[in-house]
Amino acid sequence: MKILIKNGRVIDPRHGTDEKLDIYINGNIIERIDKHIREKGSNIRVIDASRHIVSPGLIDVHTHLREPGYEYKETIKTGTMAAAKGGFTTIVCMANTDPVNDNKSVTEFIVKQSKLEGVCRVFPCGAITKGLKGEELSEMGEMYEAGIVAISDDGKSVKNAELLRKALEYARLFAIPAISHCEDEDLSKGYVHEGHASLLSGLEANPSIAEEIIVRRDIAIAEYVGSPIHLTHISTRGSVEAINKAKKQYRKITCDTCPHYFTLTDEATLTFDTNTKVNPPLRSKEDVAAIKEGLRNNTIDIIATDHAPHDFTSKDVEFNIATYGISGLETAFALSLSLVREGVLTLNELLKRFTVNPAKFLNLPYGELAPGKAADLIIFNPDREWVVDKDKFLSKGKNTPFHGWKLKGKNLLTIVDGNIVYRDNTF
Amino acid sequence: MNWDKKDLLGIKELSKEEILLILNTTDSFKDISKREIKKVPTLRGKTVITLFYEPSTRTRTSFEIAAKRLSADTINISASTSSYVKGETLKDTAKNLESMKPDAIIIRHSMPGAPHMLSKIVDSSIINGGDGAHEHPTQALLDLYTMREKKGKIDGLKIAIIGDIAHSRVARSNIFALRHFKTEIICSGPPTMIPPYLDSLGVRVEYDMNRAVTNADVIMMLRIQKERGGISYIPSIKEYSTIYGLKKEHVKKAKKDVIIMHPGPMNRGVEITDEVADGPYSVILDQVENGVAVRMAILYLLIGREA
Ligand SMILES: [Zn+2]
Repeated sequence: MKILIKNGRVIDPRHGTDEKLDIYINGNIIERIDKHIREKGSNIRVIDASRHIVSPGLIDVHTHLREPGYEYKETIKTGTMAAAKGGFTTIVCMANTDPVNDNKSVTEFIVKQSKLEGVCRVFPCGAITKGLKGEELSEMGEMYEAGIVAISDDGKSVKNAELLRKALEYARLFAIPAISHCEDEDLSKGYVHEGHASLLSGLEANPSIAEEIIVRRDIAIAEYVGSPIHLTHISTRGSVEAINKAKKQYRKITCDTCPHYFTLTDEATLTFDTNTKVNPPLRSKEDVAAIKEGLRNNTIDIIATDHAPHDFTSKDVEFNIATYGISGLETAFALSLSLVREGVLTLNELLKRFTVNPAKFLNLPYGELAPGKAADLIIFNPDREWVVDKDKFLSKGKNTPFHGWKLKGKNLLTIVDGNIVYRDNTF
Repeated sequence: MNWDKKDLLGIKELSKEEILLILNTTDSFKDISKREIKKVPTLRGKTVITLFYEPSTRTRTSFEIAAKRLSADTINISASTSSYVKGETLKDTAKNLESMKPDAIIIRHSMPGAPHMLSKIVDSSIINGGDGAHEHPTQALLDLYTMREKKGKIDGLKIAIIGDIAHSRVARSNIFALRHFKTEIICSGPPTMIPPYLDSLGVRVEYDMNRAVTNADVIMMLRIQKERGGISYIPSIKEYSTIYGLKKEHVKKAKKDVIIMHPGPMNRGVEITDEVADGPYSVILDQVENGVAVRMAILYLLIGREA
């Protein structure tokens, strides 16, 4: 199929593009980007993107697709449909499925199933340790052959520092990065952030040092062995400060945060709404300000969703026994666009954190618009207002604290590999 | 001032006027308990359920007596938190109860927010009978009532709260309530039992118990919350009682007319000596007596008045 996108404001941080251009897609690649491309021949689908923005498709480095094992929460099909709707053309799925993605047969299954039913690109993240138990290294080499792009025991830290050291050293064989979930398990027995709100609610709380201690530890280990380290879903001021300082002396550190960590504070948990239960927990006002500052000053390279879909009954219980997580793919980009209106980031800088930075980190040839590159792109309107309706989510996970929120900025069209995989009904 | 809330979920949600309305309403109910026939028809035909996920004979009985003195029918349900294991969630239980059309449900639960969740599911009035380390509003109201009764006022009082503040819903609710008045609140206890950010509630923290009780009008002792892992916050019960057990020497440092309070049940010899618990300054039994009257007032305000 041939697609001609006309008159869009094309923004591509990788190439410093920001102007009105036409994009001509032939098959699964971008053939030409230029002013006034004239359609020739038949069979060309012309899309008018005037008044909208065209950018590379977004890349999410932290998604939970619940297949295999928890298909009632999400499947590769529904998860990728949600991703496409949210503007993501590539996602990395975490290993905490059942069975855990700690061996090549699970990796192969995910890769195969994604090709069969997925509507966007899916790259699995393999477990660092077998069964995420933190005891023995998983078979990274075989998983790498089968298609993993990173390793992580996300959901918890690798408690044993020596084992993490070995994992970082061993992963050098394949030049894949490790993604670190920073949480000291002894310090984090609670469910919410330890602060003024937890004082009021009486909910058992985790202090920010539970995160910061592991941030520092994992950076120290990575630096010692000379391996890259990526710290995911960073949520505290102390973490941002520690990473900022460490980056000045060691260059192989990257990190991400998620929209809920710069949109909500721990005050939201005072409602006891289990949709506000996330791990790490929603933090204080000061932490939220520090996260924004970290995005602004380039300490935080990437915005990830930590899309964690759950079935209704996992959340429709008392706060303490509810599961952690927000179904984030369909709101992440719109929530992040508010950073542009607040003056935290320019649109170009924001898109960097969703496209070129994650592509660079994962060593993937996506996240850019250029002739000869894969035709992965989105058309969005940063001013289009819409109301979040969880019942209209394509994800099976309706767990969102943003239900009923009026957001500004909407993805209108998603193209993956030259195919239109999502189109907003108003576009 | 009129009462217009469906539930009593916590002190945090109450205005000073609402607190005073409850205390003033309590005055008229206190008399009933002194009569020979301790019963009025106010809640005849109403059904009150006590739903207790944590054992508490004291609070449950107090509510039950309060309801009965107002002629309500009462039903006690003791559910163990282990019923979660069997798959019955609070929500399922609540839906079952709702179909029995009770007028009020008093819930005690180990998890903060359980009453708030219940109030969203059922139409009955929900009374928080204690939810985890969050709130215990009726206890705080009876404590305030007792202070006002014994001291003639609440404004101007210096109140020392001693013990496991971090895990105490009684301390939280009392602090939320007392903040509406011109009081000086001093919290004391082992540093591991003082929650971070406590000073953000306008409370002074004084680890030295001797200094905390000096010139106090009220000394409120708290229990170590063994069921919330309280023991792991201190080296031993013996050491705790040496440092933070209330003894006669402490009472001497306080105001001459100090009152000693305890929400019960007491660990005698641990946080309070027998001598003090049974001594002339102790108002612990008055608290129990006032508890019934306060709970009658609350039931009356929530479900007693015809629209
Ligand atoms: Zn995680």
